[in-house]
Amino acid sequence: MAVRTRPPSERPTRTRPPSERASRARSLGPPGEPRRIGYLYVLPAFLVYAVFALYPLLRAVHLSLFEWDGLTVGTWAGLSNYQEVLSDERLRASFGHALVLMGFFALVPLVVGLVLASVLHRASVRGLGFFRTVVFLPQVVAMVVIAVAWRRIYAPDGTINSVLTAIGLESWTRGWLGEYAFALPAVGLIGTWFESGLVTVLLLAGMGRIPRDLYEAARLDGAGAFREFFAVTLPSVRGEIAVALTLTVIAALKTFDLIYMTTSGGPGHQTTVPSYEVYRQAFEIGQVGLACTIGVCLTVVIFAISFVITRVGDRVAD
Amino acid sequence: MRVSTSERTMNYVILVAFAVFATYPVLSIVVAGLQPDAEAQGGLGNLAQAWEIGRFGSYLRTSLLVSTFVVAVSTVLSVLAGFALGTMRFRGADALFYLMLIGIMMPAEAIVVPLFFDLRSVGLTDTFWAIALPQVAQSVAFGTFWLRAAFRSSSRSIVEAARLDGASTSRILWQVLVPLARPAIVTLVVLTFMWTWNEFLIPLVMVPTNEALRTAPLGLGFFSGQYTQGYALLAAGATIVALPVVIVYLFLQRHFIAGMLEGAVKD
Repeated sequence: MAVRTRPPSERPTRTRPPSERASRARSLGPPGEPRRIGYLYVLPAFLVYAVFALYPLLRAVHLSLFEWDGLTVGTWAGLSNYQEVLSDERLRASFGHALVLMGFFALVPLVVGLVLASVLHRASVRGLGFFRTVVFLPQVVAMVVIAVAWRRIYAPDGTINSVLTAIGLESWTRGWLGEYAFALPAVGLIGTWFESGLVTVLLLAGMGRIPRDLYEAARLDGAGAFREFFAVTLPSVRGEIAVALTLTVIAALKTFDLIYMTTSGGPGHQTTVPSYEVYRQAFEIGQVGLACTIGVCLTVVIFAISFVITRVGDRVAD
Repeated sequence: MRVSTSERTMNYVILVAFAVFATYPVLSIVVAGLQPDAEAQGGLGNLAQAWEIGRFGSYLRTSLLVSTFVVAVSTVLSVLAGFALGTMRFRGADALFYLMLIGIMMPAEAIVVPLFFDLRSVGLTDTFWAIALPQVAQSVAFGTFWLRAAFRSSSRSIVEAARLDGASTSRILWQVLVPLARPAIVTLVVLTFMWTWNEFLIPLVMVPTNEALRTAPLGLGFFSGQYTQGYALLAAGATIVALPVVIVYLFLQRHFIAGMLEGAVKD
């Protein structure tokens, strides 16, 4: 699984109280306070990071301005690769597919998670710890393994078709990953399965922190389960919702291994996504500049989305 | 909270249904991996057979080496950097921190293409370093962020007391702060291990021809493309690939869940 949990929070520095800023000026004073030595401690980590992550990112931006096949000498292309991302039908479609996948990876799991967590939260049930362990399990299994499992489920002679046949719906059976209309939703459903547990566990933790007396008060006011949900539960977990959306939306954009292992972008280009196009353009077609351009665009989109979600989450929470 | 018995029953039904939904694909792999088919006898012998035919012994060895290296190196570097950024004040500390935050969000897709061509030009592709070092870089970004927060939250007065006692900076780090931050470090270790073990794109790109350096997920990817005689051995191979992380998860699940969720919430 390549979906690294990348917490985008930058809250600490933004909300650092003025008092701390004052103490910072003061703490430059004491002679025992080490300062210069700080550089020595940061240096090894920063060096590896700069050489193997930061520099390649800058190189990606640089290469995105060239037409290059990876072998011969590249030619300057200006912004034409960026134009191609916008105009090429296949590439434009790949970003559209990523948008559809966000629905499956983020929105559906959010709804599922909200319903499940609030229902479970209302009554204390036994075995919640075990439940949490079980529904979180997909998160730790390599995406390649998950893809192998779901390919079997979707196969022409796989689980879904056997069930359909058994209940007399044989006419509905099909090769789910191979048909134009069904391939993208089929891949998306894997994402829904993958993220629902994570979101539920996250929301359950958030709801566990809601003070009980808020519910007591709501009940004294005669609120039913629905009113209780919209008046108390939902507003209290806004922070968790923002976190859940950040994690799942970014996961929906980093689906290279899932696509590579299930559909290779097919049928046609029905399920191709930007993260798969990066690989395909660079290593199958030999359009290295264009591949870097897609990678840069993907990075910008990820940064923008996590920025917007954290900002909106913060504003709503205030 | 008081709720009716029917609501409680309902909750158990939901719990069980969702747990089944969440585990079915994973369990189906394990079960299918033990079934007999044209190529496989069934039972645990399938695992041994897949180990032979699919060369999973070699893949697991590479994965183990890569994961150990990435976890060990990135943890030590993150402890050092997180300590400096979390407890010391020096010019440019914030700038360095923000630069490293970029690495937390940066997708591997963006850097893997230039990395491949640059490492190829210095003859490093198809080597252990090409798989390991980019992952150290990514893990160090998260690790620094994570441990900076951990060291920040540990009491300043402890550090100051130790310093008054004449403890050197490195003594304060290794004998005072690191023991205090042990839970955070364990979380970092298990997360880094999981991410490295499960990584697919970087080994796929960085080791184009050297089969001996294929990691476990990569080996499974190739095996599933080449081995089409049946499903049992493929499922057995998938089980072998997933098992190490799942075992660690079952023992340290609190660290996995807390790390993946708090990583985004925590300061």
